[in-house]
Amino acid sequence: MNLLSLSAPERRLLVEELLARYVRCLDDDQLEAWPAFFTAQCRYIVRSQENASRGLSTAAMYCDSRAMLADRIVALRHANIFETHRYRHFVSALLLDELSADALTATSNYVVLRTRTNGVTEIFSAGSYRDRIVVEDGELRFAEKLVIFDTDRIDTLLVTPL
Amino acid sequence: MNSSPLLQWPVQGDGCRVPYGVFTDRDWYAREQATIFRGPTWSFVALEAEVARPGDYKSTFLGDTPVIVTRDNDGQINVLQNRCAHRGALVCRERRGNARRLECVYHQWNYDLKGRLRGVPFRTGIDGKGGMPDGFNLDAHGLVKLRVARLHGLVFASFSNDVAPLEDYLGPMVVAAIARLFNRDIVVTGDQRQFIHGNWKLYAENTRDPYHASLLHLFHNTFGLYRSSQTGACKMDAGHRHTLLYAMAGTSTAEADKAAYQDSRSLNTAFKLADPSVLAGRREFDDGITLVILSVFPNLVVQQIANTLAVRQIVPYSVDSFELVWTHFGYADDDEAMREIRLKQTNLIGPAGYVAMEDGEAVEIVQKAIARDEDAHSWIAMGGGRAEDAEHLVTESAIVGFWENYRRLMGISVAAV
Repeated sequence: MNLLSLSAPERRLLVEELLARYVRCLDDDQLEAWPAFFTAQCRYIVRSQENASRGLSTAAMYCDSRAMLADRIVALRHANIFETHRYRHFVSALLLDELSADALTATSNYVVLRTRTNGVTEIFSAGSYRDRIVVEDGELRFAEKLVIFDTDRIDTLLVTPL
Repeated sequence: MNSSPLLQWPVQGDGCRVPYGVFTDRDWYAREQATIFRGPTWSFVALEAEVARPGDYKSTFLGDTPVIVTRDNDGQINVLQNRCAHRGALVCRERRGNARRLECVYHQWNYDLKGRLRGVPFRTGIDGKGGMPDGFNLDAHGLVKLRVARLHGLVFASFSNDVAPLEDYLGPMVVAAIARLFNRDIVVTGDQRQFIHGNWKLYAENTRDPYHASLLHLFHNTFGLYRSSQTGACKMDAGHRHTLLYAMAGTSTAEADKAAYQDSRSLNTAFKLADPSVLAGRREFDDGITLVILSVFPNLVVQQIANTLAVRQIVPYSVDSFELVWTHFGYADDDEAMREIRLKQTNLIGPAGYVAMEDGEAVEIVQKAIARDEDAHSWIAMGGGRAEDAEHLVTESAIVGFWENYRRLMGISVAAV
């Protein structure tokens, strides 16, 4: 796939589908499939807007390989203790930016609703995605996904990826 | 409020009992704010590095009272109540910044960085109309100024004029533990904030509890970051206000671990990391100590877990909620590789931390379970149930010490039944 040979609407549709499949994977608790959305040498960083705007490095999650993403999920399933919950992601305001034959950057907003065992649905996190997406094996994958969250007072804990 | 049944705690020979009402009673929470947070205690409010330059300020809380920490032009650090002397509005509405003056937006009363009132609009009126009374004196209307004390780059404040000097309040053990971690210039690498739906004292217990750490936090145990079978200790200051827990990774044997955890879910040797680089680190301290949890009464935890360094400030919001503000740091002389190690190991701590996230859950499941049972109580006896130092980690003795100090401060008598 050569991204330059696609029309702008075609590229946008591909990225929209990637984002839709990504959030469905998380929202439908298919977490073992989540690392496959990334390249082997990816960076997945979840950082508060507060730290990002101060130029500070501290991140809630900082993974620099797909294997680290897999470890996050294994820990979630087998090590960490937390209340059962479900996410619903809403992604909007997608904009495509830099473009080459095999890579592009995209930004979007997200909101994640979280429903806990008491049945109450709350806004858990609002923020933005800053993605660098590459073509690998004929598919689009995240080489970098920077999750910048506005909701920097994390409610109870963050275990399921955003 | 003076007749609160919480003022008399039952004691029955063995162990320590804590009536659940201290975690659920709103009047009791208000009493704590007055007696503890505004009483003869020192609360942590900032790292000096957060207000490094003249004009730097940070807004935070002492107990649930909003305060401002400023660095003035003399290089001094001031802690001021964040409440305009005029009509009580917040003077500082940002988390941090740099300014020459602090100005209340409501009527533009402005204060210098020491909290002195410097200007009031229309002070002499307009065209002879209005204006402040003749005897109006700027000096009489400054921001409320708290006592401030600094130690190795940590800033503490107190509302009390009777509180002991900071180093006496902390005691030599805490002073030495702070000096060890703050042995050279630090660099703040960011904050994390975690809102927990529980009483702040449940977290105070949690950080004085080496018993839970390897049982609740499977990740700790499985990867040997912390095991109760390691060499370590649980120590208190003379007043039992503060607790130092420490452990040395790599000091337990596989056989001893297996014997200790044979029936436990938390030593899962089948759990392997696909990318173990998250645990790659450096030995930083000659004493071999790889884990320190230093709990300083009432609102601070200083931590070293592997190569992660952080202070955690406890901000109580209400009887059943508090916020934990994690301020992460490294050293100014860290090389690039060390900065990367600390950044990657940040996965271990904070609200999404492999060995830390569960504490939020642990506090909340207690808070949920104790509703309406003010007179029922917990029972704390691991290690003997007395407030004694232990040269091991199989103990709840520091929690017992916490409650002794707490009862003393709150004026609670202990009644044998």
